[in-house]
Amino acid sequence: MNSANESIWVYLSTSPLLWLTVTLIVYCAAFQLYEWSNANPLLNPVAISIISLISFLVLTKTDYQLYFSGAQYIHFLLGPATVALAIPLYQQVSKLKKIWFSAAVAITTGVVLGAVSSVFIAKWLGADMLTQLSLAPKSVTAPVAMGIAEKIGALPSLTAALVVMTGITGALICTVLFSLLGIKDNSVKGIAVGVAAHGIGTARAFQLNAEMGAFSGLAMALSTLISALTLPWIVTLLF
Amino acid sequence: MKFLYGLTLLLIYQLMGEGISLFFSLSVPGPVIGMSLLFLSLLVFYKIKNGNVDKQPQDDALTTSASAILSHLSLLFIPAGVGLIVHVDRLGDQWLPIIAAIVLGSIITMAVTAGVMLLLNRLLKIDENSQSENKI
Repeated sequence: MNSANESIWVYLSTSPLLWLTVTLIVYCAAFQLYEWSNANPLLNPVAISIISLISFLVLTKTDYQLYFSGAQYIHFLLGPATVALAIPLYQQVSKLKKIWFSAAVAITTGVVLGAVSSVFIAKWLGADMLTQLSLAPKSVTAPVAMGIAEKIGALPSLTAALVVMTGITGALICTVLFSLLGIKDNSVKGIAVGVAAHGIGTARAFQLNAEMGAFSGLAMALSTLISALTLPWIVTLLF
Repeated sequence: MKFLYGLTLLLIYQLMGEGISLFFSLSVPGPVIGMSLLFLSLLVFYKIKNGNVDKQPQDDALTTSASAILSHLSLLFIPAGVGLIVHVDRLGDQWLPIIAAIVLGSIITMAVTAGVMLLLNRLLKIDENSQSENKI
């Protein structure tokens, strides 16, 4: 690089515009790749984007704080997106009236057992306290999980990363798991994915089946609420 | 304009949620309270307007902006996911418990949720009617 190019890079690399644009370019490319592969779950666009962006940051020796100064504009939208979940939830209101009781009981059981089992597995295999705490809200959608992490004394940024890993895992394994368990009902499949793998699982569910997607969104909204209400209590009981 | 109106409304509800969460120092994050308030508002609004909560438009400002923002929901997780870079040491040291907790925890969560749901549907005899219309 000559010095003129270098000073342009130095200028641009410290502006939020570059990192916002890079994030969008990488995601668009990853999404296109995913579509070309006929929605192969191994090419999950979130996973591919994160791996590519981390590699890019390492190669350009960019600080995460600097990257986040641009990416925060995308991150910010998680808040209104959580509020927006009221709309798919409302669109399912007539079905919700029929199944609300079994859905509420199933989601609460899933949320509680999921959090407790993850914490115990991590503890048993030797994770430290901070990791265990940060794993508790791993199935909750990112902004809320970060809020819960803050309240229970975990690391919000670690929780956010674990939330994304959990979502990708859920999206990857859900189809295999449901066929192994012989579950065929799309509303049940959707609810299970939404509880375990929040928004990333819901995005996957919508690609598999519209009904599964709607119920996944519903489960995600309900489990977000139930987690926010119960997890701080459960963590106090566990630790 | 539809998108802008809808987005503004979403932000107003989020702001109300954050305000309530802070004011009463609740453990529930602001956006979740905003979501609950919006859901309740929709129930009340359509009950008054149509006398029936089941009738609802598909192309109003709120639905337009909500589907725009939710259609690429997974994009919104990327900035947080790249944050893995900060925790490389912790992940390197504790990769086994972390991976095991995530994979086994996800399997347990999905299996338990689906199991309880199927069991209760069967007990309450509501298993078929919620999905029969979608069977091909």
